[in-house]
Amino acid sequence: MNINDTIQETYVALSANKVRSSLTILGIVIGISSVIALVSIGQGATKSIQTSIQSIGSNLLVITPGAQRSPGGFGVSSGRGNAKTLTADDATAIASVANVSAVASEVAGRYQVTAQGTNTNTTVTGVSENYPAVRNVQIADGRFVNDSDSNSLTKVAVLGPTTVSDLIPDGTEPVGQTVRINGIQFKIVGVTVAKGGSGFTNADDAIYIPLKAAQRFLSGNNYVTTIDVQAASADATTQVLNDATQLLLDRHHITDPTAADFSILNQADILASASTITTTLTYLLGAIAGISLLVGGIGIMNMMLTTVTERTREIGLRKAIGARRSDISRQFLIEAIALTVIGGIIGIALGGAISLGVNATGLLTTSISLSSIAMAFGVSAGIGIVFGWYPARRAASMNPIEALRYE
Amino acid sequence: MIEVKNITKTYGAGDTAFQALKGISFDIQDGEFVAIMGPSGSGKSTLMHILGCLDTPTSGTYKLDNKDVSKMDDEELADIRKDKIGFVFQAFNLLPRTTVLRNVMLPLIYAGVDADEREARAEKSLLAAGMTEAHFAHKSNELSGGQIQRVAIARALVNDPSLILADEPTGNLDTKTGEIVLGTFQKLNEEHGRTIILITHEPDVAEHAQRIIHIRDGEILSDKKHPQRKARHHAQ
Repeated sequence: MNINDTIQETYVALSANKVRSSLTILGIVIGISSVIALVSIGQGATKSIQTSIQSIGSNLLVITPGAQRSPGGFGVSSGRGNAKTLTADDATAIASVANVSAVASEVAGRYQVTAQGTNTNTTVTGVSENYPAVRNVQIADGRFVNDSDSNSLTKVAVLGPTTVSDLIPDGTEPVGQTVRINGIQFKIVGVTVAKGGSGFTNADDAIYIPLKAAQRFLSGNNYVTTIDVQAASADATTQVLNDATQLLLDRHHITDPTAADFSILNQADILASASTITTTLTYLLGAIAGISLLVGGIGIMNMMLTTVTERTREIGLRKAIGARRSDISRQFLIEAIALTVIGGIIGIALGGAISLGVNATGLLTTSISLSSIAMAFGVSAGIGIVFGWYPARRAASMNPIEALRYE
Repeated sequence: MIEVKNITKTYGAGDTAFQALKGISFDIQDGEFVAIMGPSGSGKSTLMHILGCLDTPTSGTYKLDNKDVSKMDDEELADIRKDKIGFVFQAFNLLPRTTVLRNVMLPLIYAGVDADEREARAEKSLLAAGMTEAHFAHKSNELSGGQIQRVAIARALVNDPSLILADEPTGNLDTKTGEIVLGTFQKLNEEHGRTIILITHEPDVAEHAQRIIHIRDGEILSDKKHPQRKARHHAQ
């Protein structure tokens, strides 16, 4: 039997029971489309989390003050970032460690900010000149604060776009306006480019002022809350981490590394653990969708077994006029594969549509990979073979005499 | 040319064994029209299955065109049926929702004959079985009982078989339609020299054959020539 004949026979057989065929196909459509949609959502989530982690800078180590563990185990550990152990001099010292390309210091705190009758509560960060390079901040308008502002204690500020829209009326040029931070007047000299929310913080809802101005007018001491270190390359981050740790231990006269009064976060570690979580999540979603695909496959087997029983006399007739076992089994196998492949194609289209729909809501950027489409298609054809095999074999092994007598 | 020698068929084993055929022998020459008659339970269906290569005898030999088919396996039997035997059954002869032409072509599809040739051969045998071209594209469920049987005859003819086996072909038809169908068999036998074996329990139907073999309880009761064959019904 050639391909044309096979297609024609399959069409006649499947169209004989349109409702049943459609419902069986629907089972596969739901299975395949949920695999495609959920995996694309999972991959989209992975990608957006990675992008937001990378948007805080590249090859970054973040040093924050605070005891990792108190000696003896009974001391009260204060929250990380609250302890006052790091200074701008520590940052300067770290800049001389091998393979460090830039170091920036930060003094961050939340303050009430007012301007022309509006007010907001936002993060005000005193930063050194290197901050934009290290933390991947770009200027949309005006300029960033620099070290000469810092040294001369000039009261200038750079605003994030969200803060601008909170404080400055629409249509007004923000650069040149003034804002009051904790009651002290600062002149706006620049606006940063929008980065979008990154995890738990919104980098756009921020105000940057010179480091020393923040220490003098806001925090009132000489400590810093964060030191950002950028390694020259991804490979060098471990070495920089070790060297910077040793350097700070020496500077703070601490001999026991477990008693360090600071902690260092490696961005690569954060990225890796986030990737592990999201990849696991994607597998989990895929597995849940896979269960519905399995149920769809059992639906195929159920329908094919019913069909084989119903068409017992047809099978007997075909055998009487000379069909071999292989002719019969091929016929039923191809019917099953046709059902799953049709279901697979519709499912891929539907899953793609769902994924695009999720994308359109703006909550999540989904991505459909070609490999997941290829896999879905292969899986649906495979399900046809696996779940069609048993009914086909049952049809092929029928005794023609009994099949012809079947009522 | 059919040679049946001392065929037996036993179902089951031990105490429950049942011997459906108890040693049947006969020869049928090419071009003969033979009726095999017997009441139900006589073993005629079992004999029909063996003659039609749907089953093999427990003992004895069955030669079809000098080929011993009594020891063949399922796949070899399927090939013999495809090449040498045409079946007409009492009911469920045609695939539902399938055109007349395609039904007739089915044996040729399994035989791997190419599309143009099988269409030409199917049309030729449909015309020989008394169908008109107007019916070729009809679906099998749009036909009358008599038409269905004639399409089945056309299908039985299409692979140019050595033997046409008809199992109660008029069992579901009224007398007049049945006569037309039997007339078609007679015409194929007389004008085309087809070898036909007709299985029936009705004497009226057997009257159309040249030779009548009576079977009862798995044995041949009589095997007689039947010279005053019933007149052929010329419907078309």
